Amino acid sequence: MTAVKLNSAVLDIDPQAVADHICQRLVDIVGRDLRRRGVVVALSGGVDSSVCAALSVRAFGAGRVFGLLLPEKDSSSASEDLGRLVAEQLGIEHIKQNIAPTLEAIGCYRWRDEAIAEVFPDYRGDWKSKLVIAGGIDGKFNYFKLVVQAPDGTRQEKRLDHKQYLQIVAATNYKQRIRKTIEYFHADRLHYAVVGTPNRLEYDQGFFVKNGDGSADVKPIAHLYKTQVYALARYLGLPEVICTAKPTTDTYSLPQGQDEFYFALPYQKMDVALWAHNHGIAAAELAGSLGVSAEQANYIYQDIEKKRGTTRYLHSKAVLIDKVNEISPFA
Amino acid sequence: MNDIKTQIKQYILENFLLGVDANKVADNTSFIGKGIIDSTGVLELVAFLERTYGIRIEDAEMVPENLDTLDNIEKYVRGKLT
Repeated sequence: MTAVKLNSAVLDIDPQAVADHICQRLVDIVGRDLRRRGVVVALSGGVDSSVCAALSVRAFGAGRVFGLLLPEKDSSSASEDLGRLVAEQLGIEHIKQNIAPTLEAIGCYRWRDEAIAEVFPDYRGDWKSKLVIAGGIDGKFNYFKLVVQAPDGTRQEKRLDHKQYLQIVAATNYKQRIRKTIEYFHADRLHYAVVGTPNRLEYDQGFFVKNGDGSADVKPIAHLYKTQVYALARYLGLPEVICTAKPTTDTYSLPQGQDEFYFALPYQKMDVALWAHNHGIAAAELAGSLGVSAEQANYIYQDIEKKRGTTRYLHSKAVLIDKVNEISPFA
Repeated sequence: MNDIKTQIKQYILENFLLGVDANKVADNTSFIGKGIIDSTGVLELVAFLERTYGIRIEDAEMVPENLDTLDNIEKYVRGKLT
């Protein structure tokens, strides 16, 4: 048996074969199993949702794909423009619904701002903020820092204690959950299924909100590394600006890369690390590939496992006390 | 001074070990290794230690050598108090 080797080609895919396979499976899952007539895709302007929408159009035809643009107060206006650009290129019906008034009414911003003001008493509604992860890849515990920026540009940051951290996260999770509520409204109205757009990194490492963006009827790219999603984007002929976009969370008012918020490494390196871990590659070999020390590569592996541990709760459906044998999910 | 370890163990049992057999936590049990404390849990633990012992835990000190077992925490807290 040949040992698996880590090299620059391990994440290469045959995009046509991958796209064909996904489209065939999408038709089987949505049409045959779920018995729905098309799909709803919320377009964030990022590469994942754009690729999911393009694959859906290939699978079902543009007439059976409904796009949603769901901006709010803190999302960038560029995201909305990119989402619209993709919808127009794909020729799908789409609507925009600003969810800021809903979030306002439900208390999303108020609960968040109250928690922030406990950490920074000077904080006001016109300040910007974001969460930043630290610790994990240095062998420390993961913890979160809150960064705030006053209108004059002055920045401050502080480590969060668990109470404020949980409240800020809980409040911002409203954004993903309200979006999902709207996606399901349109899915019910049209008798469509809802497409979930996580890539493998997000799905494996828990970068999603339970019953928010984590909720869906089918997840076409959850088995693909982010690098592979970009390869599909280029193969599917999506706009260049989508194919080269840097992943952001678009959830906090200050610009925030996904690597700052959650993964602690840029996606290209995170992909390689996750692939290597999944294929039993020794930390020393990963270290050479990423240009980090063996010790740090080991911390990266440990961090992957730690996040997998906390992600189990996110993936878990409601757990029954005893099995109900008559009810079985789709394979 | 064994109070520190007893106090911390009590806190961990009450807060992190709902449904887990208390006997499974020895003085050298790794909290991360056993999945007892996750990233949210560690923030909670740090807040408890700061509050209870009047110490300030620096970011750089949030490492397993200081916080991953009862033995480590006791040693770390004692060090901070002297």
